[in-house]
Amino acid sequence: MRTFPMGGVHPSENKLSCGKAIEVLPLPDVVMIPLAQHIGAPAVAKVAKGDKVLTGQIIAEAGSFMSANIHSPVSGTVTAVDMQPNGQGVRQMMITIQREGDEWAEGIDRSETLVKECTLSAEEIIAKIKDAGIVGMGGATFPTHVKLSVPPGKKADALIINGVECEPYLTSDHRTMLEHGEELVVGVSILMKAIGVDRAFIGIENNKPDAIAHLSKIVKEYHGVEVVPLKVRYPQGGEKQLIAAVTGRQVPPPPALPIDVGAVVCNASTTYAVYQAVQKNKPLIERVVTITGKGVKEPRNLLTRMGAPVQSLIDAAGGLPADAGKVINGGPMMGRAMINLSSPVTKGCSGITIMSGRDAGRREASQCIKCAKCVAACPMGLEPYFLSKMAQKKNWDELEAQMITSCIECGCCQSTCPSYLPLLDWVRLGKQTVMGIIRQRAAAAAPKK
Amino acid sequence: MANKLIVAPAPHVQSSQSTPRIMRDVVIALVPALLVSTVVFGWSVLFVTALSVLSCVGFEYLIQRFMVGGKPTVGNWSAVVTGVLLAFNLPASIPWWIVVMGAFVAIAIAKMTFGGLGKNPFNPALVGRVFLLIAYPVQMTTFPEVEGLDALSGATPLAAVKQGALSAGSLNMQDLLLGNMPGSLGEVAALALLAGFVYLLWRKVITWHIPVTILCTMAIFAFAVAWSRGAEGSAMWQFPLFHILAGGAVLGAVFMATDYSTSPMTVRGSVIFAVGIGLITMCIRLWGSYPEGMSFAVLIMNSTVPLINKYVKPKRFGVN
Amino acid sequence: MEVLLYTILTLCVLGVLAAVILYFVAQKFRVEEDPRIDQVEKMLPGANCGGCGFAGCRGMADALVKNDDISALFCPVGGGDCMKAVAAFLGKAAAEKEPQTATVRCGGTCEKRPRINEYNGARSCAVAASLYSGETGCSFGCLGFGDCVTVCAFDAIHVNPATGLPEVDPEKCTACGACVKACPKGIIELRKKWPKDRAVYVSCVSRDKGAVVMKACKAGCIGCGKCEKVCAFGAITVENNLAYIDPQKCKLCRKCVNECPTGAIKLVNMEPLPKEPKTPAPKPAAPAAKPAGSETPASAPASEAAKVSSAAPEAAKAE
Repeated sequence: MRTFPMGGVHPSENKLSCGKAIEVLPLPDVVMIPLAQHIGAPAVAKVAKGDKVLTGQIIAEAGSFMSANIHSPVSGTVTAVDMQPNGQGVRQMMITIQREGDEWAEGIDRSETLVKECTLSAEEIIAKIKDAGIVGMGGATFPTHVKLSVPPGKKADALIINGVECEPYLTSDHRTMLEHGEELVVGVSILMKAIGVDRAFIGIENNKPDAIAHLSKIVKEYHGVEVVPLKVRYPQGGEKQLIAAVTGRQVPPPPALPIDVGAVVCNASTTYAVYQAVQKNKPLIERVVTITGKGVKEPRNLLTRMGAPVQSLIDAAGGLPADAGKVINGGPMMGRAMINLSSPVTKGCSGITIMSGRDAGRREASQCIKCAKCVAACPMGLEPYFLSKMAQKKNWDELEAQMITSCIECGCCQSTCPSYLPLLDWVRLGKQTVMGIIRQRAAAAAPKK
Repeated sequence: MANKLIVAPAPHVQSSQSTPRIMRDVVIALVPALLVSTVVFGWSVLFVTALSVLSCVGFEYLIQRFMVGGKPTVGNWSAVVTGVLLAFNLPASIPWWIVVMGAFVAIAIAKMTFGGLGKNPFNPALVGRVFLLIAYPVQMTTFPEVEGLDALSGATPLAAVKQGALSAGSLNMQDLLLGNMPGSLGEVAALALLAGFVYLLWRKVITWHIPVTILCTMAIFAFAVAWSRGAEGSAMWQFPLFHILAGGAVLGAVFMATDYSTSPMTVRGSVIFAVGIGLITMCIRLWGSYPEGMSFAVLIMNSTVPLINKYVKPKRFGVN
Repeated sequence: MEVLLYTILTLCVLGVLAAVILYFVAQKFRVEEDPRIDQVEKMLPGANCGGCGFAGCRGMADALVKNDDISALFCPVGGGDCMKAVAAFLGKAAAEKEPQTATVRCGGTCEKRPRINEYNGARSCAVAASLYSGETGCSFGCLGFGDCVTVCAFDAIHVNPATGLPEVDPEKCTACGACVKACPKGIIELRKKWPKDRAVYVSCVSRDKGAVVMKACKAGCIGCGKCEKVCAFGAITVENNLAYIDPQKCKLCRKCVNECPTGAIKLVNMEPLPKEPKTPAPKPAAPAAKPAGSETPASAPASEAAKVSSAAPEAAKAE
């Protein structure tokens, strides 16, 4: 069974909601749409207070190439375009819409019928994906049209669909693959056409045998598409790890990108969104969100409109457990802890994980015993204990020399530490600082040329 | 909201394998050898071990409480491990005050002076042992006799072979495996120590790299020496086997060389470290003035660990 | 005896040989350096804090000697006197700067700004700030993990456990600016150092709207603008819902302090003006006749004002 070459951990999977079919969350009465819910420049609002909008109507346009359009997830009236706190309490620009019914914009095909044929050219496909505002839905929120626009001089030869979902608890990709397998595979063939490759791999971890069997059956009709079962190991869903697991090629350290080894990776839910955008003209206004956690009464997979408050999902799952200690936007390995539960669901939110009781707090840290478990667990071949120490000492030169920019912030080091040291907290700070230094250096060098 | 939400950066999952649990696992892994040793040498084994453990824990507590300050550290069980390992390096007939002195050197000088667990450059138990070996050579090399092995008369097999009283091939390998020979508490039962090794591997406390590399290096080296001396037939494999099973080879390879803070952080570094230990051990055994060289070899290689950590880096992802 | 003789002889020969080699090597690899750099370095405080922008005092001394115009260089630790001495030694014009001190502009104590969540990550403001808004409802206020304390080379700033806020010891503070750079929230500012460490400043940096501030913190600036109106010197500006007192224009008249509805304007080492909302406060140019020793509560403001008026020309002189 294939997997990535080094490091990795196997946290308890806790896929509590993997057997729960996708259900539709009732439409929220008020939605809040952040203008920056993707990597890159924030979108520019095209509506103002008092405007009437329809479901699927564009309300904010991409601010640059590296940005994404945003569409209204409901129909109603814009009540505010102002700064509102996000899940982490940080204020950012959001459009607030009061829902009035659910009236869809014209041209969107809402039927369930499967449309297999796609006669569009590669450029037309990418343009449609760009219009629909699709971004990576696994959590990184990288604009998909940017990823598909292969830069001149480089060539993709393999498309890899990320159905790994290696984060514990989360099951939204799993359910999407099971319930929308046909559409997803059509999405794969569209993406293959868009980047001009004749091979595609759907990487799925071995803990989802039903999804592997289901998709294997479907892909028989499609030429060049292959389902690749992978050994269960975190962080297999990391872009570089997945490429290495499926193709055996290792992406060189930054600034190299996956395209440098000829690979384009796309998340499973994103691929389904691509199908809807290209074949049904449906922009990215809803997604499947897993609401889960050990104390949660009813873990579920909910088809949620963007901008719905996180609290409404928690209510739909039986409310916040009495001993809830931590609410995480995403999974427990890479998700962000939240303090504001009235903040909205965004394009990158694949799940809400609620940790309760003694799971929620960190245990008290003690001194490093040099057990080297973090070094063994690092999937990038780094030395987290050393990087963490150097970051605390602000030794940025040494951090750069030890390749801290390769860190993917997967959290393997910290989750394996027997002394419960906040390794990644410091490594992340060091990485951000070093990246800033590198950018400054590049900016200083640029005008001289 | 009634209860405050907890916020921390990702990851939100922590290992169930805590430092005290790791240390407890090491102690558990040492229990089989302790039992065998008790059967071979009698109740004094338990007395020496208990005294050593109590002294180590006591010294660590006192030093931490009255000199270092900060949070109590005896709860992490590392002093217990040091105590058991120190006892395993002593003869059963050792006077009690030598045990206490060894514990003091191990904890006070080799461990707490450098800042305690994780910061000591040398294995504390081995520093204690080597100190005692040099300071009290007679008491440290007088071993109680074992029934049924008259030929050895209180000398360890390694010493007997060194003095020329015995040839390596004349010893019964079964006795070596089961501990039916004179020696320190922990040296005698290779099989029980190997059982501990398997337990540590199963509990993911250590990896196989260091112990296996040390023992393989020793075996290959011994084999080469035997070959160059013109050995033939069964002597060819008896000589390497003897060197692996006799003395502190297994104890050192499994429990001493794998000590976290005194071994390298990377697999590649660990292999270099382990090869060094194997070679130095064999050189001391064959050409040095001591019959056993494991403790010296481990301590010498301990001193190279910072250098190895600096220059031997793990294989980076995406770099050829 | 012979052995001893040979040993001594050999050692002597070796010593002479080594000395000769060393002499030639030293000649060959000699680095010509302006001797004044050493002297200037000795005149600098030797704190190596980096407050001047150089890696250490040596770097600063090097720059001072080599640059013709040293008006842009300033050692915050040594201050004006040190710079004057260096400039006189080098025969150049010194940079002039009034003494400054670090000021923590957050009044959100544990009581006034309740914690609404519990931070459990690495105890560092930089780590917490890159994660989220903070333990309180205010996303601008002090996080309290003491990054400013760890960077201070002069032991001049400490977190008060009672308030959860850092406090500056003006005696020890050298205005090197390390804490200003370390604070991820930009709370600490270098402000003019008045005699007797008096100060008036807005102890808040929140740019949130008034209603948001009031919900999160009882000591925050709500941007009401009352202080701006009352200031006779045009020292106060309100921008982005936040008042700011320009230390260069402020004359420590303290009228704004009584106006502030939340107490966000802080008064240090000075008595507040008596509460007479509708009558104009006395002009600072009061006669400086009263001896400082005979201060009674009633006369305190007048004598304070007298000190202010005498302090102001001093500051003017320094400029």
